[in-house]
Amino acid sequence: MRRPALLSLFAMVPCVFAGALWAQQIGGPGRDAPRLKGPEPFTRETPAPPMQRQVTDDVRRRRNYPDQPPLIPHSIEGYALDLNANKCLSCHSRKFTEQSQAPMISVTHYQDRDGNFLGGVSPRRYQCLACHVPQTTAAPLVENRFTDMDAMAEPDRRSR
Amino acid sequence: MATVVTRVLGHSRLRDWVRQAFSPARTLSLAFLTLGGFVAGVFFWGGFNTVLEATNTESFCVSCHEMKTNVFEELKGTIHFTNRSGVRATCPDCHVPHKWTDKIARKMQASKEVWGHVFGSIDTREKFLALRKHLAEREWERMKANDSLECRNCHSSESMDLTKQNPRAAQAHERSLFSGEKTCIDCHKGIAHKLPNMSGVPGWQ
Repeated sequence: MRRPALLSLFAMVPCVFAGALWAQQIGGPGRDAPRLKGPEPFTRETPAPPMQRQVTDDVRRRRNYPDQPPLIPHSIEGYALDLNANKCLSCHSRKFTEQSQAPMISVTHYQDRDGNFLGGVSPRRYQCLACHVPQTTAAPLVENRFTDMDAMAEPDRRSR
Repeated sequence: MATVVTRVLGHSRLRDWVRQAFSPARTLSLAFLTLGGFVAGVFFWGGFNTVLEATNTESFCVSCHEMKTNVFEELKGTIHFTNRSGVRATCPDCHVPHKWTDKIARKMQASKEVWGHVFGSIDTREKFLALRKHLAEREWERMKANDSLECRNCHSSESMDLTKQNPRAAQAHERSLFSGEKTCIDCHKGIAHKLPNMSGVPGWQ
């Protein structure tokens, strides 16, 4: 009785290897994501990929989940963002939204990490680009299999 | 004329020189003096303008290390240095007026910059950064006072096509620029150089 069990265990080994190989091929060059190691051989010089066009249509993008930092739908080229100056806040901070008609940075940006309200923008929220990013028209490197939260919570709603 | 000068200056060596300068020429003809004076004037004027224009070039500006290592390096990354159409705004395009009288006035102010260079008021990066806000404010004030003249030498509102602009930019220009409520520099600060500490500057957080 013992033997068939041992045999089937041995038979599984190549299957596991084959699975691993197959998975590697999926992730291999040309199929899915590009090689991260650079060109082959590594001494070969390849031309730099072209710069991608920025999305600058000013149309708000839907968030994939409520906590997602909103994307930046405009160009931010040359915008100052350092200790001296923050160009983002010149439109998006509370006191400038009336003249700019830009969305105000959310109330969480005026709180410290414990939820206490501060007089101004929290220092930990000052580096806008740590969370909010502009987009380009570049084709995704890998297929996006993200599923929206609503679709997972209430699958029947999708058909409506 | 000579007697008037004598009366004013009294007896001195200076008086002799002045009297000679104001007495009629004895050996040189009137034609030589007028035509020669005219030709000399042409050469003087040509030379003056050549030197003036030579001080109005990018290479002259960056011949001072204060300009070269600070503001010129910062300009290099911006759209006014390299762009898709290959038009470059060099230092004097933004910092020196084009009209002659304004240009001479600005050049006379710039003698302060020569003073600063000679006495090393911003000869290190630290000194430059410490004075940066003061320097920037002077320049903003100047551009505010002349209604951003140097910007408008290239970007005139008459030739600005709002339909080619981003809707957001078009709205802002419609609301603030064309109504005359604001001038270019009010919003477009720090487009060619890095900004100083902007706390307290209107429109900045």
